[in-house]
Amino acid sequence: MAAFSVRMVHVLVLWLAVCLSGTWAVDKGNFKTCDQSSFCKRQRALKPGESPYRVLLETMELTNTRLTLQLINDNNKVRLLLELYRLQGNITRVKINELKPLKPRYEVPDVLVREPPTEPLSVLSQDENGVVLSLGAESQRVIVSARPFRLDIMEGHNVLMSLNSRGLLAFEHLRMRKDTQTEPEAEKKDEADPANQAETAKEEEEKVEEGMWEETFKSHSDSKPNGPSAVSLDFSLPGVEHVYGIPEHAEPLKLKTTESGDPYRLYNLDVFQYELYNPMALYGAVPVMLAHNTKRTTGIFWLNAAETWVDISSNTAGKTVFGKMLDYVQGSSETPQTDVRWISESGIIDVFLMLGPTPKDVFSQYASLTGTQSFPPLSSLGYHQCRWNYNDQEDVRSVDAGFDEHDIPYDFIWLDIEHTDGKRYFTWDPHKFATPKDMLQGLMDKKRKMVAIVDPHIKIDNNYKIHNEIRSRGFYVKNKDGGDYEGWCWPGSAGYPDFTRADMRAWWASMFAYDQYEGSMENLYTWNDMNEPSVFNGPEVTMHKDAVHGSWEHRDVHNLYGLYVQMATADGLIQRSGGVERPFVLTRAFFAGSQRYGAVWTGDNAAEWDHLKISIPMCLSLGLVGISFCGADVGGFFKSPSPELLVRWYQTGAYQPFFRAHAHLDTPRREPWLFGPENLALIRDVVRQRYTFLPYWYQLFYNAYRTGEPVMRPLWVEYPQDPATFAVDDEFLIGRDLLVHPVTDEGSRGVTAYLPGKDEFWYDIHTFHKHNGAQNLYIPVTMSSIPVFQRGGSIIPRKLRVRRSSSCMEHDPYTLFVALNPQRTAEGELYIDDGHTFNYEKKEFIHRRFSFANNVLSSVNIAPDAKFTTKSWVERIIVLGASKPSKITLRTAGGEESQLDFEFDPSMSVLTIRKPGMNAGEEWSIALK
Amino acid sequence: MSGQYLVLLFLFGGVFSVEVQRPRGVPLSKRPLYEEDKPFTCLDGSRTIPFDRVNDDYCDCQDGSDEPGTAACPHGSFHCTNAGFRPTFIPSSRVNDGICDCCDATDEYNSGADCQNTCRDLWRKEKESMEKLAEIAKEGFLLKQQLIQEANRGLEEKKSKLTDVQNSKKDLEEKVEALRMVKETAEQPEKEAKDRHLKAWEEQKAVIRMEKDKARMAEVFLELDGDGDGFVSVAELLSHSELDQNSDGSFTEAEAQELLGGVDKLDTAGFESIWSKIKEKYMSGSNTDAPAPVEPPQEEVKEPASDNDSEPYPDDDNPEEEEEEEDEEDDDEMDDGDYKSPPPTETHEKKDDDEDGTMPPYDEETQKLIDAAQKARDEFDEAEKSLREVDDNIRNLEKEISFDFGPSVEFAYLYSQCYELTTGEYVYRLCPFNRVSQKPKYGGSETNLGSWGKWAGPEDNIYSVMKYEHGTGCWQGPNRSTTVKLTCGTETVVTSTSEPSRCEYLMEFTSPAVCQEPPPMSQEPPPMTSDHGHDEL
Repeated sequence: MAAFSVRMVHVLVLWLAVCLSGTWAVDKGNFKTCDQSSFCKRQRALKPGESPYRVLLETMELTNTRLTLQLINDNNKVRLLLELYRLQGNITRVKINELKPLKPRYEVPDVLVREPPTEPLSVLSQDENGVVLSLGAESQRVIVSARPFRLDIMEGHNVLMSLNSRGLLAFEHLRMRKDTQTEPEAEKKDEADPANQAETAKEEEEKVEEGMWEETFKSHSDSKPNGPSAVSLDFSLPGVEHVYGIPEHAEPLKLKTTESGDPYRLYNLDVFQYELYNPMALYGAVPVMLAHNTKRTTGIFWLNAAETWVDISSNTAGKTVFGKMLDYVQGSSETPQTDVRWISESGIIDVFLMLGPTPKDVFSQYASLTGTQSFPPLSSLGYHQCRWNYNDQEDVRSVDAGFDEHDIPYDFIWLDIEHTDGKRYFTWDPHKFATPKDMLQGLMDKKRKMVAIVDPHIKIDNNYKIHNEIRSRGFYVKNKDGGDYEGWCWPGSAGYPDFTRADMRAWWASMFAYDQYEGSMENLYTWNDMNEPSVFNGPEVTMHKDAVHGSWEHRDVHNLYGLYVQMATADGLIQRSGGVERPFVLTRAFFAGSQRYGAVWTGDNAAEWDHLKISIPMCLSLGLVGISFCGADVGGFFKSPSPELLVRWYQTGAYQPFFRAHAHLDTPRREPWLFGPENLALIRDVVRQRYTFLPYWYQLFYNAYRTGEPVMRPLWVEYPQDPATFAVDDEFLIGRDLLVHPVTDEGSRGVTAYLPGKDEFWYDIHTFHKHNGAQNLYIPVTMSSIPVFQRGGSIIPRKLRVRRSSSCMEHDPYTLFVALNPQRTAEGELYIDDGHTFNYEKKEFIHRRFSFANNVLSSVNIAPDAKFTTKSWVERIIVLGASKPSKITLRTAGGEESQLDFEFDPSMSVLTIRKPGMNAGEEWSIALK
Repeated sequence: MSGQYLVLLFLFGGVFSVEVQRPRGVPLSKRPLYEEDKPFTCLDGSRTIPFDRVNDDYCDCQDGSDEPGTAACPHGSFHCTNAGFRPTFIPSSRVNDGICDCCDATDEYNSGADCQNTCRDLWRKEKESMEKLAEIAKEGFLLKQQLIQEANRGLEEKKSKLTDVQNSKKDLEEKVEALRMVKETAEQPEKEAKDRHLKAWEEQKAVIRMEKDKARMAEVFLELDGDGDGFVSVAELLSHSELDQNSDGSFTEAEAQELLGGVDKLDTAGFESIWSKIKEKYMSGSNTDAPAPVEPPQEEVKEPASDNDSEPYPDDDNPEEEEEEEDEEDDDEMDDGDYKSPPPTETHEKKDDDEDGTMPPYDEETQKLIDAAQKARDEFDEAEKSLREVDDNIRNLEKEISFDFGPSVEFAYLYSQCYELTTGEYVYRLCPFNRVSQKPKYGGSETNLGSWGKWAGPEDNIYSVMKYEHGTGCWQGPNRSTTVKLTCGTETVVTSTSEPSRCEYLMEFTSPAVCQEPPPMSQEPPPMTSDHGHDEL
């Protein structure tokens, strides 16, 4: 226990006492079910039926950018204000708030990248039943029905989406507490408005339910000074059987119906030893759902940062395949439909309906709202070696040396909480990490980097600069009584900086300056953990909902807290370099928009085969909602993996965006060379494979940054009309050109991969063996097998000279893998820049398109206004599915022609063009004759 | 790319200087395989290529042999001549990667990395440290010889001591046997005398009890004879329903009569004949009468108390004896009864004390016999204890003599020693061949980091690592264990401890016992491969 302070032990014991009841599974009793969350219980008790809400058509106002209408609840006469916007890019925004709330209700700031630009709306027709609005082109209309209130979005004769069609719109208006005196001011207001008087009278009759004004869970009491404030709305999706998204849950890609259990919960929580295959909330929340069928993809973005539950039901869910067939035969084909209902504890209804129609349209629509994936430093796409904890500088040095000794590339070594001086972030343990700059310099000498953890709980200690500054500036979150909120976390008693404050975030960012963060250097990056926030002694291991952030309650901002922590940290890393260098920050908690600040991982998983499996759908779901830079702890955080599981996890992780091995403090060491020479060789081989694909990964991240398209994709995104792909989540695509089917079963002898695309070829990247698309292919596997296929029709640039780290490979030459489709054509892209600065924003990069057609391979500049030079050249071109040419001629930009040597392997139809030698940034073409 | 060839000035005997040309990254030993202007055959024989494809920055050979001087082949290696230091191979992937690997800087010929030739510096430093190590090794090796001598001496001493002790054991065994005889001889008359004494006392007690019984009978007769006519009648008996003969709840006249032996009434003499039938059940009459002097119900109350007194708790006054008894039981149950004193009747006697008075002390003669037997017992115990100690001694000596203290017994001096190292938080304690422990510096209990397991070095150097196992268990983890790495040093000290993996400790320990005889120091760069050489004059 030498590496563990006594205090630490106490904290851990306490934490365990709270979280663990002696078994290897989540203690569900620590987390609320819908029934235990009073607003969810109240709202869910409401059954579909006729909505009490009615549109007051006479209140309609239409400006160039928006339509407003008042809604009235006939039961209590409370009026709501509905705002409808037509946003650029085929998005409809629906906002519903109280017309005159007692006090303002929270509207989520800082998530949208800007006030979304609108497009004009026009009224097509109007009568006493409602209004029909035109949504611009594509014959899209919104029908606002008045009695009861309902919205339908139509295209032609098809309903794309309906709101409140099941009458589940509910809006708990803010009200005075019955047992306290009514504020005179509010009474005056009521008198001034006759409508409100009636409403008040009616309101008296409404029953006060338990949990409206106070609620307790386990030993924690929530004072709820504002009373009930939940909002809820239902959405119907006709023709839809597949919905996706709303991460983070340890669930398959295709969301399940929730009628038989709890709804999916979105509430950022530090769940100790989380369990798979249930709708419990995890560390992050992105309230975005995608709906897909063969004709269309749409999305719903519910912009609310409070605790949220999502119910999903479907009219086909219960039906067997036979039942569906019977429907079809008998012609009683009821259109399949999925119904969704969102319930949030506070705030307003602010929902963006992204109308596609293609998956990529939805990605771009969502990106236009919340931004795209930040473009990471190239090195962060390499391999990351982490452990809780590398004990001291000597340990770091020897692990670093181990990678050289065993010739395994890596880019980042990580330090967890034990590197600090008593869990005081921004400090170093004076004994174990006495000279951090020496350590960092040692890594820099090998072109490697380090990540150190900085968590958002600050040790309450008058000798700790960070604490003193935050306290004296009043930057801590406050408790309900106005004092600094205190919770228990790694350092013991800790304060939580109020990251919702811009001034706090600016100060936090300034702490990363080299002269503030002692011992830091430019190759030190940051990891934000525990930012749900995790409070060991708080309700559900997080902050009390009645804690105060300025004029808002924690209840309102909870799911946003983690995003702000990463935002401020990333800003800090940018600012310390004077705005030159790209940051790298990993976060555990996240929200819509977190993609703009760095990477996320799937939290504290376990060394179990099922956890390896679930890493695929968990990252796919995140990718669908904009967060591309996702990974799971390779090897599993808790428990100790068998060598087989570890190897399989490396083989899977190497083909996922964020590739980091991590392990719990209590597990035996796990560096790749500790499992015998065979396993070492297997791990070395797959890490090297990762490095050979770095140019492709980098280009895909550039694409994600540009377009919002996920890097790691479900098959259906590229094959949206092939229903066989819709529920596939044991394999995935990287970009559109690599298909990966990891081996995730113990003792596996083979896997069956679905190769999509009727007219596609797929080439095994190891053997170059060609397979036809639209088939289930059984692939026998050994321990060294990683079934990965390159799509025929693609060109993937790789760097086959694997070195110690990605930076060492900067100037190395490329090998182009040209995989021909049945039409004997192929296309691909290459993106090159300096790999670490923001200079790409100043057009300092190379972006080229390779295309192969008519036996000519050429490189075309697709960013003619950009400028960058590279030393890298093309050393080899491998054409898969080729026929033997008689000669090959290179023609360079200057018009010079030369003959190229080549080899042809007729058994595999592989043509290897030897050393064409042109610079990767140049214009050229190669003709096969 | 700069030139494909290294130009080397080679020094022969310090007289001639010759230019040796060879492709970059090729060791001199393999130079003949790279003949300029002749087709090159990959060293694995897989194919032959024109010579201009050697080191042309494109990998043609599977084995990487065509690109010894570039990074083109994934599994190639590059030879650093490292003139002035030790030549070495590095993986091809480290050629021109911007990081200086060869001390002669030859690996970074085209990367722009600013590499200095550090070979001479390295050599100097290495020489210094090797000299220092050699010095230590030399000194340590001398110390080791002493340790070996001492250990061998110690070993001899122990062996001869063992022989002595084994001999003395024989004597002792005889002595024990003799004393056992003496003891048994003394215990026989003791037992007889004590039995006699006890028997006399039992007889005396019987007389007393009989008298008491008679007195009680008289009392009862008087009590029953309500009318004082000198007879107990059926009617008088009937007032004592407890005498119900068939316990059916009703005491009938017939039953009473039967009890009286078929007659209506009995006088004192007649009553005596039926007394035995009555006395167990009879209860002193209706509460009016004062209880008889001897009260059975009271006795019943007392008894559990006296039981309590004697059984669950051993008598306060001889706890040592009790303990010893247990020890004896562990050793040899047979002995148990032989010399236990006083015999277990004691508690019984005590109980009797209440009822029948105290047993009179042993007479002088008996007491003498008891004392004599006790003395014999004590002497026997003493001798047996000595025998056990000798056995322990022999076991320990045998263990130590047969313990694996290294090929020359050089580690014997560590036996039963302990060495400590204080770190920021803990005091670590290594007691070689025994255990390793850790104690917080500022109070707290000691944690066992493992008990002696085995020598655990690599096959060719098994005595370089000690393994201590099965320490205190870890939460959700293994039992703590410690690996102790031994290195040559003139002093015996723990130089560092760490916990590389949770609950798996690593200790560095220096000792002269691991020092090897240093080879004679050379003044030239050390490894004499065929192509070592100086590239300058």
